[in-house]
Amino acid sequence: MARELSAVLDHVARIGELDLEEVAPTSHVIDITGALRPDEPRPCLAREVVLAQAPATSADGFLVPSPQA
Amino acid sequence: MTDVLELSAAQAAEAIAAGSLSAGELFDFYRGRAAAEREAGGDGLNCFTWVAGAEESDGATGIGAKTPLGGVPLAVKDLFCTEGVPSQSGSRILEGYQPPYTATVVAQLSAAGTTLLAKTNQDEFAMGSSNENSAFGAVRNPWDRERVPGGSSGGSAAAVAAGLAPWALGTDTGGSIRQPAALCGIVGLKPTYGSVSRYGMIAFASSLDQAGPLTRDVRDAALMFRHMVGRDECDATSLQFPGEISLPSAERLDGVRLGVPEELSGEGIEAGVLDAFHAALAKAEELGAQISQVRLPHAPHALSAYYVIAPAEASSNLARFDGVRFGLRAEDATDLLDMYTRTRHDGFGAEVKRRIMLGTYALSSGYYDAYYARAQRVRTKIAQDFREAFTQVDVIVTPTAPTVAFKLGEKTSDPLSMYLNDFCTVPMSLAGIPAISIPCGLSAGLPVGLQLAGPAFSENRLLDAAHALERSLGFDGAPARV
Repeated sequence: MARELSAVLDHVARIGELDLEEVAPTSHVIDITGALRPDEPRPCLAREVVLAQAPATSADGFLVPSPQA
Repeated sequence: MTDVLELSAAQAAEAIAAGSLSAGELFDFYRGRAAAEREAGGDGLNCFTWVAGAEESDGATGIGAKTPLGGVPLAVKDLFCTEGVPSQSGSRILEGYQPPYTATVVAQLSAAGTTLLAKTNQDEFAMGSSNENSAFGAVRNPWDRERVPGGSSGGSAAAVAAGLAPWALGTDTGGSIRQPAALCGIVGLKPTYGSVSRYGMIAFASSLDQAGPLTRDVRDAALMFRHMVGRDECDATSLQFPGEISLPSAERLDGVRLGVPEELSGEGIEAGVLDAFHAALAKAEELGAQISQVRLPHAPHALSAYYVIAPAEASSNLARFDGVRFGLRAEDATDLLDMYTRTRHDGFGAEVKRRIMLGTYALSSGYYDAYYARAQRVRTKIAQDFREAFTQVDVIVTPTAPTVAFKLGEKTSDPLSMYLNDFCTVPMSLAGIPAISIPCGLSAGLPVGLQLAGPAFSENRLLDAAHALERSLGFDGAPARV
């Protein structure tokens, strides 16, 4: 995989050839203002629905192995 | 029932509205074909990851003629969340995952009257151009089973081309609708970024991902797209499409200015594809189009910028797959970190790991400016190139892909040669502009795609131009059907 990644990085490095000194970076392609919706509480998924796909649960939460076994 | 197979989705909806075909009958017809394809296993195309049960037919009958899409069945790419139906994004890490909600665009199409026929195979997390990166196996091209259908929406494209679904939903990040549409001889539209909600699409690269139709003809693409657009408050990057999507009717191209960018229509494109492309340009001229050369000087750098930006965003988006809330969890981990590490080791395929590593590298301290920040500046230059070109022409035309469908396994050992498939489609993705691929002929018996791109929100004009060309090119769009 190291060889494959090197080949891709060599190709990608071609953007280093361009003069981009005065160019602003693009963060978003379409102008959108006021994108956020009002911060109002609303109904959400029931806890048991959210937990239904979890690999392991305990009581009413996600169960994970201890950080320090 | 052969006549049902010959109907486009729009014609099927019209037949249902007129009472000459029932929605239940149509659903049963396609469900039977899709189920048989799935049961065929290795003898089939492997284009589905899930097919609706026979009991769903009753639901379709109820929809009937009351809705604009009349109950026409829809195949949906695996990465769209569909409540209670496996939505796995082609990945082992999400094997069997059944989301608690449905993606907005699928819900919109369902409200307009489509029924969920099947989920389609894809490259894992939409990373690939051949559909060979799926945890559920490669998809075969119905034109030649030893060849790839393209990717990442390869299952959707193969299903539509083989007449296993009337139409399908896909997503396009750098060409994942247009390139498989080209390789399978069908129509694929990547809409303007933001025109379709991404809510419920399992994310790959959020600043580029966009859902769109894969269909047998341009009219079907317009019909599906009409019911996909709209601002969704669950996706802050979505916005209201300015105006209605019309069904295309143009038969001529009088006064339409087509621009051919030399950067995307010469070097690196195989001869047979170029022949079909030039023949299509000649047809366009006969229809009244004015054809001129345009320049997109930064387009040759688009692929480099894309393979920084998309992996960078993917490395962040895919951090959520950690074995805690959904999907795979590795067994017998010694502690939490070990669980994360082994889950991701076992759950992700090689291409996904490759891109996560590329992305984290490009974003890492000390390399960020050289890679990610530069790539975002290249993106600005590419968008400027397009804006400049669109002061001179209405539509930019290129081949969709540099080659016809290639052999299974031909490019899997060389990721860079696989990435070069997206050479002609990635620039439009980086600029966020719409582009459509339509079949424009055959090379060595395999379909060639013609790409038409326009400024943001010019879909109506693009669809009209594509419609006129489609009629004139007379491509019948169907491989031998089983």
